[in-house]
Amino acid sequence: MIPMLVPAEISAVYNPILAEIFFAIIGLAFVATGVKAFRDTATAKHLTTGIFWVIMGVCFIIGKYIPSWIVGVLIVASAVITAIGGVVQTKNDVPTKEETRANADRIGYKIFIPALMLALVSVVAAWLGLVSGNNAIGVSAIFGAIAVFAITKAPAKSIVTEGSRLLDNMGPVAFLPQLLAALGVLFTACGVGDVISSGVASIIPDGSRFIATAVYCIGMALFTMIMGNGFAAFSVITVGIGIPFLIMQGANPVVVGALGLTAGYCGTLLTPMAANFNIMPAALLETKSKYAIIKAQAPTAVVMLIIHIFLMYFWAF
Amino acid sequence: MELFKLIGVLFVVIGFILKWDTIATVVAAGIITGLVAMMNGTMTFMEIFETLGSSFISQRTATLFGLTVGIIGICERYGLKDKAVDFIKKLSKLTTGGLLSVWLIIRTLSAAFSLRLGGHVQFIRPIILPMAEGAAYVKFGEIDEKGEDEIKGAAAATENYGNFYGQNCFMGASGTLLIVSTLTAQGYEVDALQIAMASWPIAIVIMVVGIAMNFFVDRRLVARYAKKTPAAN
Repeated sequence: MIPMLVPAEISAVYNPILAEIFFAIIGLAFVATGVKAFRDTATAKHLTTGIFWVIMGVCFIIGKYIPSWIVGVLIVASAVITAIGGVVQTKNDVPTKEETRANADRIGYKIFIPALMLALVSVVAAWLGLVSGNNAIGVSAIFGAIAVFAITKAPAKSIVTEGSRLLDNMGPVAFLPQLLAALGVLFTACGVGDVISSGVASIIPDGSRFIATAVYCIGMALFTMIMGNGFAAFSVITVGIGIPFLIMQGANPVVVGALGLTAGYCGTLLTPMAANFNIMPAALLETKSKYAIIKAQAPTAVVMLIIHIFLMYFWAF
Repeated sequence: MELFKLIGVLFVVIGFILKWDTIATVVAAGIITGLVAMMNGTMTFMEIFETLGSSFISQRTATLFGLTVGIIGICERYGLKDKAVDFIKKLSKLTTGGLLSVWLIIRTLSAAFSLRLGGHVQFIRPIILPMAEGAAYVKFGEIDEKGEDEIKGAAAATENYGNFYGQNCFMGASGTLLIVSTLTAQGYEVDALQIAMASWPIAIVIMVVGIAMNFFVDRRLVARYAKKTPAAN
């Protein structure tokens, strides 16, 4: 038996209609990025770039209401476009240092307010239980948009042009987390997890609690590195290794479970497969090396994994 | 024949090592895995595309940052980074590593109390990174690309540390509920409060380990850049 992936959002106040509205707004931003590409006839690959972004926009806006095999085929089509290097940055109006400095002197510290509102409004909305955590991001974006226009007096179209500029900077890598999650579901459905866990289980000597603990924690980290998804790894490795080799040998299931998932996160810190944590932010921060975040995290991840093994061994048994 | 199912996993590993186009590698690995399942008779050709499509749609939450890019783009044009540097100049006593350590504690504790006070898009790019870089510029003057990458990596890492190891201390976190449901389905009665409480030791450990790592970031920056600017003494 293979447990399925948990839903993306488990929450009593989760409102799926509100979520669809927010996804449609995001989709419109992708379509706008595509339209910008279509108009930029001076760039050689403007057509394939435009098609890529419009496909993504369509998937976000109406993907839930069309047969899912069509979405699957569209994903394959966009993968073909990225495979041939068809997605490039198109023309952006990048602000100069002089422009941002002059604006900064005019507006002052008030420019922090919209950015802080993105964080604080989502905190307050989710904390008060008004909306679920994910939808709270959308609610905070509405307040942030009102604040940014009130403070900067920027023209209305700039939310589209500036958004497209940042999306263009990120490129197709913006969609990697979602695609990895889809890959995880395919792996699980095809029995990949079963093969791996049965193979790993055969290397644990009978009765060695410490080796079993180490194999479980390292297995969680390694499987998370391969899948890029700690949740998928947790279900497979806990059922395959954690229960037969630890819990059934007398380990406390609470400790094994709690430390098992975070042991997997040590792998998350090390893998480019966890694109939303390690690769997409590197693009967002415009690092020279796209592995700059993983390099910074590697020593911490190794130390944390060793601590997990010893803490679990001495605490669970 | 069982091992043949792993060909998709192998494809991903090879693709990432050889730096193939990441999107195409992931999609191709999924299709290949599906084709193997089709040969084994556990999945039809159409189900490969159905599974890919439906899971892509259900995981759109991973791309929610798309709602914030327009606002952050405007903030940047209207001087967000410039003012962050102005601000850090007033707090010049905090080092880059010291600032990141203060942020790590705030981030971990806020995750533990389910306050989503974080995010690479919402906090690291617009606020924390400009402040951390600002601290280094004020202290050392110019920083080369290698040093900038190190600061960017350390700043992004604090977000991941606090987020990963702090969030399970909250009972309603999806990770906490995953642990509960997995173990309960296997016949072990655990509840969310137990898992949340058992997640606290590792949340404290990450704050200690992270602060130590940030201390080493400061040490390396001093070793590399302090000599070039005698005025910094």
